[in-house]
Amino acid sequence: MSDGIVYWLQQILNALQLGSIYALIALGYTMVYGILTMINFAHGDVFMIGAFFCFMAATMLGLPFAPTLLLTILGTALLGVVIERLAYKPLRNAPRVSAIITALGVGLFLENFTLALAPYPKHIPPLLENVTWDLGGVSLSSLQVIIICLSLGLMIVLDYVVHRTPVGMAMRAISWDKTFVPLMGIPVNLIISITFAIGAGLAGAAGTMYALAYPVIDPYMGIMVGWKAFISAVVGGIGNIRGAMIGAFILGGVEIMVTAFFPSTYRDFVAFSLLMLLIMIRPYGILGQPRTQKV
Amino acid sequence: MSKVIGELENLQLEVRDLDVHYDGIRALHGVSFTVLKGEIVTLIGANGAGKTSILRAISGLTPYTGSIVFEGRDLQRVPAHQIVGMGIAHVPEGRGIFGNLTVQENLRLATWQRRDKEEIEIDYDRVFTIFPRLMERRDQPSGTLSGGEQQMLAVGRALMSRGRLLLLDEPSMGLAPRLVREIFRVIQDINQSGVTVLLVEQNANMALHIASRAYVLETGAVILSGAGRELLGDPRVKEAYLGA
Repeated sequence: MSDGIVYWLQQILNALQLGSIYALIALGYTMVYGILTMINFAHGDVFMIGAFFCFMAATMLGLPFAPTLLLTILGTALLGVVIERLAYKPLRNAPRVSAIITALGVGLFLENFTLALAPYPKHIPPLLENVTWDLGGVSLSSLQVIIICLSLGLMIVLDYVVHRTPVGMAMRAISWDKTFVPLMGIPVNLIISITFAIGAGLAGAAGTMYALAYPVIDPYMGIMVGWKAFISAVVGGIGNIRGAMIGAFILGGVEIMVTAFFPSTYRDFVAFSLLMLLIMIRPYGILGQPRTQKV
Repeated sequence: MSKVIGELENLQLEVRDLDVHYDGIRALHGVSFTVLKGEIVTLIGANGAGKTSILRAISGLTPYTGSIVFEGRDLQRVPAHQIVGMGIAHVPEGRGIFGNLTVQENLRLATWQRRDKEEIEIDYDRVFTIFPRLMERRDQPSGTLSGGEQQMLAVGRALMSRGRLLLLDEPSMGLAPRLVREIFRVIQDINQSGVTVLLVEQNANMALHIASRAYVLETGAVILSGAGRELLGDPRVKEAYLGA
């Protein structure tokens, strides 16, 4: 293969890896927005907590990869449910801005709670034997394969749950208008809890994979990644599951391409400028639509 | 004496001293009425008389004081999502259709608490027999339906929960006269099949024609009650609600 093609294939692979992690987190933002029209600004920090759960499971419990991942997903899912019950549920009928401020507060709490317990960055032990294959000049690591395949697998499962199961149907009904959902015999609070559990669990999975790919973690790692995932969700059309995935892969792709052409310090500046331009052209995002309701 | 006992056995819904407040404003004060098994009872009254609040209280969507007893069970502490399972189906004001779900999904949603798969299939067939239009559009997003079709879907969906008491909030709203007649014919058919109906209507003329009994509401209280036909001839009702 020519050097040019090899270079671009390598970049596409890198973009897929980054995009899958953004996508897993973006799904949580978009699901919570879809169901409560609220931006859960603590979500990036749930991702960070996921990385720390991964650290604890791997070092304190000495677990291998699969149980570490499972435990992290369960732990963050539970955290998501607790956050919603304690912090957001009491404000469900309060003005939107109260809920947003509360979410920012929960995020700060998670960051500083973690900082108090773990003042120095932590190193994640290599949980997987990292094999690197050379495919005609393109290097592919086993970690990359796992991150991309696992993320895509989780996204396919989620898409199935949302579009093909009764729970997913209930979520979509609530996202339209939750006023009359109880008349169907559906417990709205339970469905909201399930939504938070799924969103936070996916962020936990993303935290684990991110920690394996970039094995130094700190309490503030969720802020920038969280913003990027949130922006992915908006670019895709917030509230739209497939949109969040598309937005995340676009952002991952744009970031990798920018670093291919510009100094790496230009990355976020150029990437975000492009995304702002996209939002100006399509204010509701790629798959988002202004809703029209018949009375 | 035997008549009283007979009525007690037939008593399906008893609302007593119902009070509802919204943000400190009293929407209902001291409303009492009964619905017997197999009846069509209608609540008529102008906009803002409190008709919708009554239905919302019965379904558990609105907090209230007073008592609502359905088939001998007090509903005060029952969460809204469990009331459907007890046998009350509610077609809300504005229909409450989930426009992002297909027609079929809207119908399926109402079977959330049912586990009797074969019986559910029978009920789909029944709904599609009553409303063939829904059959044609079953895989369409319900937001693309016309107003009349959405009303049919709302009624069909209520049937899918197999309630023994059907609460209908303004089923004629926004519909052309021909569709209004069709909906009222369907309501009578459903009633004939053994479902009790509590009907809230602004179209007092149509409602009184099909109702066994009626209650007239004004600013949150019952001011008049009687048999449907009787009230059709009542001069006060004629003047206020029938435009005669």
